[in-house]
Amino acid sequence: MVNLKKKSPRSAVLLRVLSYIRPHLYKLAASLVMALIVVALTLYVPILIGRAIDCIVGEGQVNFAALKGILAQIAACIGVTAAAQWLLSELNNRVTYDTVRDIRRDAFAHIQRLPLSYLDAHPTGDIVSRMISDVDTFADGLLMGFTQLFTGVMTIFGTLLFMLTLSPMITLVVVLITPVSLLVANFIAKSTHDMFTLQSKTRGEQTSLIDEALREQKLVQAFAREDETLAQFDEINERLRDCSLRAVFFSSLTNPCTRFVNSLVYAAVALAGALAAIHGTLTIGGLSSFLSYANQYTKPFNEISGVITELQNALACAGRIFQLIDEPAETPDPAPDKDFDRIRGEVEIRDVAFSYTKTRPLIEHFSLNVAPGQRVAIVGPTGCGKTTMINLLMRFYDVDSGAIRIDGRETRTLGRRALRRNIGMVLQDTWLSAGTIRENIAMGKPDATDDEIIAAAKAAHAHGFIRRLPDGYNTVIRENGDGLSQGQKQLLCIARVMLCLPPMLILDEATSSIDTRTEMKIQDAFATMMQGRTSFIVAHRLSTIRSADVILVMRDGHIVEQGTHEQLLKKGGFYAELHQAQFAG
Amino acid sequence: MKKLFVYLKGYLRECVLGPLFKLLEASFELIIPLLVAAIIDKGILAGDTAYVIKMVGIMALLGLTGLIAAVTAQYFAAKAAIGFSTRLRHVLMAHIQTLSYTEIDTVGTSTLITRMTSDVGQVQSGVNMCLRLLLRSPFVVFGAMVMAFTIDFDCALIFAAVIFVLCVIVFSIMLITIPKYRAVQGQLDSVTAATRENLGGVRVLRAFCKEEDQTRRFEKRSRLLTRMQLSVGRISAVMNPLTYAAINAAVIMLIHSGAVRVEMGSLTQGEVVALYNYMSQILVELVKMANLIILLTKAWACGDRISSVLEVRSSQEDGVLAVEDLHERGSVDFENVSLRYAGAGAESLEGVSFSARPGETIGVIGGTGCGKTSLINLIPRFYDATKGCVRIGGVNVREIRKEALRESIAVVPQKAVLFKGTIRSNLLWGNAQATDEELYAALSTAQALDVVNSKPGRLDEPVEQGGRNFSGGQRQRLTIARALVKKPDILILDDSASALDYATDASLRRAIRAMDHRPTTFIVSQRASSVRFADRIVVLDDGRVAGIGTHEQLLAACPVYQEIYASQYGEEVERDG
Repeated sequence: MVNLKKKSPRSAVLLRVLSYIRPHLYKLAASLVMALIVVALTLYVPILIGRAIDCIVGEGQVNFAALKGILAQIAACIGVTAAAQWLLSELNNRVTYDTVRDIRRDAFAHIQRLPLSYLDAHPTGDIVSRMISDVDTFADGLLMGFTQLFTGVMTIFGTLLFMLTLSPMITLVVVLITPVSLLVANFIAKSTHDMFTLQSKTRGEQTSLIDEALREQKLVQAFAREDETLAQFDEINERLRDCSLRAVFFSSLTNPCTRFVNSLVYAAVALAGALAAIHGTLTIGGLSSFLSYANQYTKPFNEISGVITELQNALACAGRIFQLIDEPAETPDPAPDKDFDRIRGEVEIRDVAFSYTKTRPLIEHFSLNVAPGQRVAIVGPTGCGKTTMINLLMRFYDVDSGAIRIDGRETRTLGRRALRRNIGMVLQDTWLSAGTIRENIAMGKPDATDDEIIAAAKAAHAHGFIRRLPDGYNTVIRENGDGLSQGQKQLLCIARVMLCLPPMLILDEATSSIDTRTEMKIQDAFATMMQGRTSFIVAHRLSTIRSADVILVMRDGHIVEQGTHEQLLKKGGFYAELHQAQFAG
Repeated sequence: MKKLFVYLKGYLRECVLGPLFKLLEASFELIIPLLVAAIIDKGILAGDTAYVIKMVGIMALLGLTGLIAAVTAQYFAAKAAIGFSTRLRHVLMAHIQTLSYTEIDTVGTSTLITRMTSDVGQVQSGVNMCLRLLLRSPFVVFGAMVMAFTIDFDCALIFAAVIFVLCVIVFSIMLITIPKYRAVQGQLDSVTAATRENLGGVRVLRAFCKEEDQTRRFEKRSRLLTRMQLSVGRISAVMNPLTYAAINAAVIMLIHSGAVRVEMGSLTQGEVVALYNYMSQILVELVKMANLIILLTKAWACGDRISSVLEVRSSQEDGVLAVEDLHERGSVDFENVSLRYAGAGAESLEGVSFSARPGETIGVIGGTGCGKTSLINLIPRFYDATKGCVRIGGVNVREIRKEALRESIAVVPQKAVLFKGTIRSNLLWGNAQATDEELYAALSTAQALDVVNSKPGRLDEPVEQGGRNFSGGQRQRLTIARALVKKPDILILDDSASALDYATDASLRRAIRAMDHRPTTFIVSQRASSVRFADRIVVLDDGRVAGIGTHEQLLAACPVYQEIYASQYGEEVERDG
């Protein structure tokens, strides 16, 4: 690994790609052999055809006996070539798609081990695009590389060889003119690069305007901003027209220009070949073979320059995927601990310090003791960092210093799985998986019986609405539960925890989304749930707060006060202020 | 798709000249094999060097003219295609602006975005390639055949046969693979969905220790994708070998029957070479044509999707009255109003009636999905009532011009969204002419002064897309300020204080009540504390009015309100009541 990093990044990426391809090496070797066969025979056929044409010089001068033999040879070559061609692409497909699948699997498995700090800091879209479109582009590049690079290079050398055997002079003519086509293509690509950059920049600008304007279309209408939005859009649209026209037009010059160069090569071959034929150094069949080579010879050059761009692109994409795979994973979990299966729920937080960015300290010298079965309410204004507490308790993030102990065991020495199995969590930010209602409720206990699932749903007051859904418990919901109301989603999340009911709970009281009547019933359910369980509640409701054994008051990420309701009111600090506000009107 | 062709109007010249120049280039290419035949038969066999040089000179000249024709064609094609897509995007954007909430809900925002971006892009390249190649490829294929007929009828029959066979091969493989490729794309989407879901639910999934489960699930989908890719790849891999074999089999037949005719003296050696060259041209063009057809079917489908958006008509007809035509400013009356959303099975609002006098504060409270937002959405006519009528200033909202209506009403939506720009540019949404003093006054009322003051750029502090660089509470207060800049007759706060703490929420309500031109204010909330001091509170329960009155009245007489209050204040009720 260390060794790799010293090399240029691109060759390091290439080595990684090769290590993924290694298991398919024999297929790759077979593919090379097939490519060799295909190229050699494809090049040999024009020579055979040339010979055949030489058999038919003119009226009464046709050598049918020789012709038959040659035509039979051609037929055999065609058969073998066709079979080899098919095998070639089958082999290449296998190598490519299997490699790509392996890379995707590794990337996905790695995401499961990435720390939340990475996932929180990187937009989902970015990671998804690495997993999907980058891998896809990589696959395309790889496939193109396999199919066209080898055959292209071999065709060039093969053609040269065959042409040399026919006529060194004409070969020289071809070799001298052909590079012009490459130069032209290269020149066009270079000079259009800036136009393309401008085009994609402008397009990006337009897309983000479209994205914003359409997502908030209702707001645009509410403020009667339709005309302004359209004017803004049109301004970018006009700019896009100008730069697109330039980019599209100039890049579309490549084909006509290379075609022109090719036709010059063709003309030159025709001239040299005809002159040679007049002097008797070349047969007419030879000229015909040459002409067909002149057509074929230039093609791989153009293809190869395309393939090389694709391959560079593919390597860049592979680099981005490997970057993701190389992100440091979470510290590995120790072996599962049987003793930790039934905990009492005693929590001890000892002098904990934590911050998301090292330059901005957030929680410092925080200590708290929670006896089994106690309730801890976390309160504070929005955005005060209440979720930080959840992050630390669940070990989504690890503390910087100090320790969190459960039943006297430091959570960092416990496996994350062992810890999380013992904590039930209901977040305000409801998340449901795509699948049936049943699968969602049974998430924590996939082998739960129907009775258990229904009991959990009943306890969470979700049974009623589930029954009214078209397919009841078998109703398929999409990710994020489209089609369910926010409140219903919340109920499902509660049912999900109800089913396993671990000894500790983390509840994020959802204020704004469940209707208050259901909420009351949920409070009941919560109360049953919390009976004898150590609970941490991000609380908004006064009744919850009051019944808590300890209240943690947070502000701007810091824990500013802690104590019981009465203690804190007496203190007359921030909590008292918050409490007053609710009744100030 | 057909309906979109009108947007090509104005590019008629480009659309005709582009393909025409392309055909010119193609005809030059078709002449080349004839020249080669002439060189062989008249030049080489006769040993006429001057003739050979002349012919080769013509070849080079044809190449050059071909280049010029092709460049011209590319220019016309690009110009027409890009002009077309530019206009299409404009028309789409303008059209979407006219749709009402009902249509936006039905079509869906992400669909609209895809239509405007990638679909238009696909159509653009479709038009471009169409102008460049659609005529060219068939022209070369059939041109080659026609040329073959001019050389020798019997040999040309082989051409006709092989073109038919090639078409069958190419198009049947396409027919088989296109739906399969679509299925592959669908499976890729499912792999994408698995990844996206995993990231979106990462906390829950990890809390339930689902990591390995998820990996297994992902692998299953990914394996299926690979299998599908291989299976379709296997079929499409047949295309090249088959066409190669077909064309070369034709060459064998051609040479054989050519040989017979040369022996008889009805064909020359050079002509056989020419026929052979024509054969090679056919294959190249046919493959191009197949690719073009794939591109065109895609573009056509995209075009159809765009058309379908353009066909969506707004379900609302605009009114004609101006604000000045209203009997009074700021009053709102609901008369037996019901609302059923398009495609919904049940009514979201049923028989709602109440009135608000100018300057009053009306609280709207109720559980999730009880119709609070539906109710206030009827006031600025985001939706039309399906029964009954909504009046402002004594006039049915349907009769007022939408623009005028919405200028006199300010809505602060639940989701606080800011637009890319600066704080100032966002506030000016309310009123483009507002002075800085007016902006600061609005900010002050909205309790957002400290947000602006905490930023180095003050009013000119940049706002990122969606307002990402502001916290939820900051955004919410800024959106309230944005609404206040409008100095509306009617102000609607749709659960807008949910991200605010109780203290800020209370100060906000106080400040609004103290405003100079006090708007009629609707406060939608789940919190009893937010509506408690309203002049009147409308209690909604499952789309129906469960009670209207002051806090005290409702606490005394409305069971739904009592329950809501009790759930939030706990034992407080007993003490109060």
